[in-house]
Amino acid sequence: MQVLKAHKVTKYFYEPEKFQVLKAIDLSVSKGEFLSLVGKSGCGKSTLLYVLSTMDTDYEGELEIAGQRLTGKDQNQLSKFRNAHIGFVFQFHYLLPEFSVLQNVMIPALKLARYSPHEIEERAYEKLTMLGVQEQALKPSNKLSGGQQQRVAIARALINDPDIIMGDEPTGNLDSYNTHVVFDIFNELTQRYKQTIIAVTHDEEFAKKSDRIVEMSDGKIVS
Amino acid sequence: MSLPFTIARTHLVSKPKQTIVAMLGVTFGIGMFIAMVSLMTGLNDMTEDLAMTSSPDIRIYHDITADRSSLAEQVNPQGINIVYHTKPKNESQKVHNALKIAEMIRKNPEVRGVSPQLTSQVFYNYGPVQLNGTIAGVDIVEEDRLFDIKAKMREGRIEDLIVNPEGIIMGKGLAKKLNAKTGDRVVITTPQGFTMTLKVVGLFQMGVGTIDNVKSYANISMVQNILQRDKSYLTDVNIKLKDFHLAKAMAPQLQKTFGYKSEDWETANATMLLGVIIRNILTYSVSITLLIVAGFGIYNILNMTIMNKMKDIAILKAMGFSGSDVRKIFMIQSLIIGLIGSLAGLAIGFLLSSLIVRAPFDGGDVISIDHLPVNFKAKYYIVGIVFGIVTTAIAGYMPSRKAANVDPIEILRG
Ligand SMILES: Nc1ncnc2c1ncn2[C@@H]1O[C@H](COP(=O)(O)OP(=O)(O)O)[C@@H](O)[C@H]1O
Ligand SMILES: [Mg+2]
Repeated sequence: MQVLKAHKVTKYFYEPEKFQVLKAIDLSVSKGEFLSLVGKSGCGKSTLLYVLSTMDTDYEGELEIAGQRLTGKDQNQLSKFRNAHIGFVFQFHYLLPEFSVLQNVMIPALKLARYSPHEIEERAYEKLTMLGVQEQALKPSNKLSGGQQQRVAIARALINDPDIIMGDEPTGNLDSYNTHVVFDIFNELTQRYKQTIIAVTHDEEFAKKSDRIVEMSDGKIVS
Repeated sequence: MSLPFTIARTHLVSKPKQTIVAMLGVTFGIGMFIAMVSLMTGLNDMTEDLAMTSSPDIRIYHDITADRSSLAEQVNPQGINIVYHTKPKNESQKVHNALKIAEMIRKNPEVRGVSPQLTSQVFYNYGPVQLNGTIAGVDIVEEDRLFDIKAKMREGRIEDLIVNPEGIIMGKGLAKKLNAKTGDRVVITTPQGFTMTLKVVGLFQMGVGTIDNVKSYANISMVQNILQRDKSYLTDVNIKLKDFHLAKAMAPQLQKTFGYKSEDWETANATMLLGVIIRNILTYSVSITLLIVAGFGIYNILNMTIMNKMKDIAILKAMGFSGSDVRKIFMIQSLIIGLIGSLAGLAIGFLLSSLIVRAPFDGGDVISIDHLPVNFKAKYYIVGIVFGIVTTAIAGYMPSRKAANVDPIEILRG
């Protein structure tokens, strides 16, 4: 089953001069796939990921996630879609510093409001337990180590049971131990829970261990 | 509780100092506004009240100082006429047919009372003391209908004047200056040099120095007698209306109808009422200035918060918060600051007003008050809170819109 389909995605930047950053990219991702997006710095990986994530709407081509055509939808519809269907993990954890770990995980679910706040709290504890940071639940998020914070960010990405998790260099800021931890978590998520993951990385070891490597060069997919 | 509200509240609580500073700005603005507007409108109401209670709504009299054209101009209207030092004619101040005029005006349904009377400058002599003042010959019952003299009597009763043709009711300030008491006899001298001894049968107090310190009431016939005038000699027709706001429109009509100068209370008390306008301008300009300063404070603080929270805003948007959700988060923050700041401002304003009204204040000879008049009207408190919230909403709008338009990609790109 295809979770994500991109057809002939093309994008230009106009500043400082017109420049084609994505060149007719076709990409399909199946459910439960752990995909690594690799390539030289500046080849357009992040740009592609932000198009796939629906945050960047300034492109040509077609995008479909979880059976919904997303090309041409307005910002409000796309916000709602991201909330329910996409989880994000970034290079920096981006937890909200004023909130506790638990609240950080709960916020996307409170926004979605599919469950009652009480149920959401239970589910947030489940995710934190799954990632081994349940003891930190009530601490302020900025009192955790870098590795712990990234695990909390993954728990937050998982809270709404998204169809797909996207990460832009999710291990880029971690030491090798924590990189391993995050990789193992991603692996387990795809193996055990059939979670689909797309991760941009330039860590070759990390990429090699994933299910599928997509390599980009100069705005095109080369393998 | 909605999620934007929870996030807004958490932002505010996590930076208590910044939040309190922003609130204090609004609090001072609104507090000053309430204190000032309460005192100023209190003073305004008192001024208007005094103007109303002490002067008729419309006064009809013979204005002998009015400009008149010189003889040269009448003879040679087209030519260039220069006449130096034209003096008023030696005219009597008599209003002809004053009683008839009064009778006609009484028929108007808008009129509450009409009191034809005669007034004159006089000297009051009591022992060695001699004071300049005025005397009004009135039908005291009519005059009471106009000015509620009964309520203003400090000694004696108005009926004492009716039964005592040689009596006068004297302003309290005037009596004090003369050191005269009820029952004493004072000598009155007219500008023409006639004198008469009258008995003080009562004292009144309007509360305005310009009246209490100079004026006495006597019977019409008595005053005609002192002035050596006939029974038809009357100089003023004083009118009170049911609605004093109509005076300004009615005065010119009366002037046209009867051919005598008729002056409404606003014109008569123009200097007093000018103070009202100045106080209003002062109140609003000071309050608005304070609120604008508070508004800029909120604008700055919110802008700073948003600058510091760019990443948070980006991640919220990535996770599915729409632009309007983000705008709500920051608008709610400024509205909470506005609401709490304004409520505290109302409390401070109320406290200040209560202190001002309690402080003793001596109006001296001019106005008989022992403390400053302060309004405690709910209206101003409502205006205050609306002011406060509108200011903070405007101040918060632009930073909030900026937050709503943050492009998450710019910030999240690794
Ligand atoms: N906002 C932008 N405006 C103009 N050029 C950009 C912008 N963002 C990225 N680029 C350019 O687009 C190319 C691809 O960038 P990016 O997708 O971030 O590369 P990668 O993530 O593969 O390192 C680079 O040459 C970069 O300089
Ligand atoms: Mg990149």
